[in-house]
Amino acid sequence: MTSTQTRPTESAPQTDQAEPPARRVRVLSFRQNLSRWDLKVSPYLYISPFFIMFAIVGLFPIAYTAVISLMDWDLVRNSGEFIGFDQYAWILQNPQFWTALRNTFSIFLLSSVPQLIVAIFIAAMLDRNIRARTFWRMSVLVPFVMAPVAVALIFSNMFGDVHGLVNGILTDLGLPAVPWHKDPFWSHVAIATMVNFRWTGYNTLILLAAMQAIPRDYYEAATVDGAGAFRQFLSITLPSLKATLIFVIITSTIGGLQIFDEPRMFDNTGEGGPAQQWLTITLFLYNIGWGEWNFGRAAALAWILFLIILVIGLINLAVTRSLVRDEGARNGRRKKKGVRA
Amino acid sequence: MLSRRTKAIAALAGAASFALIATGCAAGDDTASEDSGPVELTVATFNDFGYTDELLQEYMDEHPNVTIVHNRAAESGDARANYFQKLGKGGLADIEAVEIDWFAEAMQYSDLLAEAPDSVKGRWLDWKEAAATDGDGRLIGFGTDIGPQGICYRADLFEAAGLPSDRESVAELFDGDWEHFLDVADQYREATGKPMIDSANSVLQGIVNQIEFTYAEPDGNVIATTNPEIENAYKLVTERAIPNSAYPGQWSDDWFASMANGEFATMLCPGWMLGVISGNAADVTGWDIADVFPNGGGNWGGSYLTVPADGENVEAALELADWLTSPETQMKAFANAGTFPSQLEALESDELASATNEYFNDAPTGEILSDRAAAVTVAPYKDADYFKYHDALQNAVTRVFDGAEDQQSSWNTWVAEVEAF
Repeated sequence: MTSTQTRPTESAPQTDQAEPPARRVRVLSFRQNLSRWDLKVSPYLYISPFFIMFAIVGLFPIAYTAVISLMDWDLVRNSGEFIGFDQYAWILQNPQFWTALRNTFSIFLLSSVPQLIVAIFIAAMLDRNIRARTFWRMSVLVPFVMAPVAVALIFSNMFGDVHGLVNGILTDLGLPAVPWHKDPFWSHVAIATMVNFRWTGYNTLILLAAMQAIPRDYYEAATVDGAGAFRQFLSITLPSLKATLIFVIITSTIGGLQIFDEPRMFDNTGEGGPAQQWLTITLFLYNIGWGEWNFGRAAALAWILFLIILVIGLINLAVTRSLVRDEGARNGRRKKKGVRA
Repeated sequence: MLSRRTKAIAALAGAASFALIATGCAAGDDTASEDSGPVELTVATFNDFGYTDELLQEYMDEHPNVTIVHNRAAESGDARANYFQKLGKGGLADIEAVEIDWFAEAMQYSDLLAEAPDSVKGRWLDWKEAAATDGDGRLIGFGTDIGPQGICYRADLFEAAGLPSDRESVAELFDGDWEHFLDVADQYREATGKPMIDSANSVLQGIVNQIEFTYAEPDGNVIATTNPEIENAYKLVTERAIPNSAYPGQWSDDWFASMANGEFATMLCPGWMLGVISGNAADVTGWDIADVFPNGGGNWGGSYLTVPADGENVEAALELADWLTSPETQMKAFANAGTFPSQLEALESDELASATNEYFNDAPTGEILSDRAAAVTVAPYKDADYFKYHDALQNAVTRVFDGAEDQQSSWNTWVAEVEAF
């Protein structure tokens, strides 16, 4: 609170520099002063609720987690003993952590890539002049409304090794049954399917909104020039979606790295499989924290996950920046600004 | 967000009522539940303890000032997470049920739990009561049920395999040790080409529950990977039980579905398993239970009721826990949900002796399970990490079953995991 209030008042004289302020302050009346202050301080006051909340429910837990991660913590008695970086070392030396990291990225790739491709195509279909448009558009969002746990329950049942629906159909067709709960790759496919089921519609709607913003003149011009639907999609739709695609990719990256519900519900123990076939980082974190009550290690792992997401976020940011700047130039936004000035 | 707020309100209300009770006590009356105004008691259980509304209503009729609110968690894992999040901080129910699997973890915090009155001591089987008594001699758990095991089998499938199928002959057939049990399984497989046992890990569970010191010794010495008994159990299970088992472990969707369709013919059966079978294979006739268990007797499962010491109505809660685990009430719970009593008096009652189970070919389940309970000679020592070790060993067996690793490398993985703990 105090920092957000004081900072602008401190910075105000600084910007005015040494000589002028004395003269100016004398000239201004109290009311003028007030309105000047209003101008400087109010914006910070308006945005302060978020930052105050963030400090309480965001920064404090993060800092507290950092403290706990250096301690051997007893959850029930709420006390701990300082042991330094042992927990971090334990996690980095634990093969389960590296398996979890591999699984997380594997499931993330298996879900995000097909999901975005399918989402773009569905959005392109919905963007056309079809009958009962709103009905179809709302329908794609239905899976997103379903509770993730319910989705996971239904799908785990479908992916049963012996009595599951999918394997039942496969064996009826004379194909070999798929070892969903034994082979790491197939378990990732099954889990990615649940993720795709839930999130494809959501991404479709975002991409559809972006597609609707593309000026129709482009398409008309392309039609006049004799471009087919597919060519229009490749040369007009896709390039115009660049910024939105980056947003969708970032959100699904964050979601993918934190994947939890689906692997947790994939079998009855929720521990990621006997050989950690589908153990993800958040699932590993949960098992350490709520399975073994070892909050020190769980906190350390939370920080490692935080750092991983941070690194990937930075990479994303770098990529986004270069691409979006390119996008802005193409739209000629800068040129317009220059004209106005 | 909402839950956090309601928690805060609950804490406030708790503080307020605590103040009220404190002043009430000062007036010179310490039996909170008797005459000093209305008391609301919450009871938290999981699965099915057999505490029906009618049963609880009986107590409320006897104690007009008491209102009981019963919260049932779907499974014990949910109850466990809730228990340790709130223990010592407030917010638990007045009476909390604890499963034997994580009871040792709760025993670590026995000082945060209220002690049972002396009047109830001696009510339970020795080992049941001993497990709930801490180092200072405080009894902090009211035993509810136990899980003495017999062998459930499909009489129709046994007949088809050329094995004896009536209860007495099957008991004779299986009389012996685990090797002998697996010999019969081999015989069944040769005759039918199918596995006889439902899951390899239930065999492991059966063997491990007969070893007194499995993964750790009372002085804290971890013997998990060096204990020859464990290594032998692992070898026996991976070499001989796996080829005779339909599944690596229990409780998967596939396993539940399989109970009805004859994929296997036997299950190791604690009392509470009878309800699981009859519930999942309601249309199958042919299930029966034999009064026998490999290598003598074995106990699998069972629960306790505990009273957190920081509750608002500890005295009244202890009275209710006393009533809920009395032999008479436990017999009613047994009738409601099949939870086999751990109270000596209930075990000797005629009612239990005459109990039969229609689904299991009218088997005298009361008598059989009493025999099985009497055959239990070993009370395994389970420390707070027991669950973690056992879970990792079960995973090792599952890896071999799935073909993910061979016997030796899966064992090595287990050793590495235990060393990492």
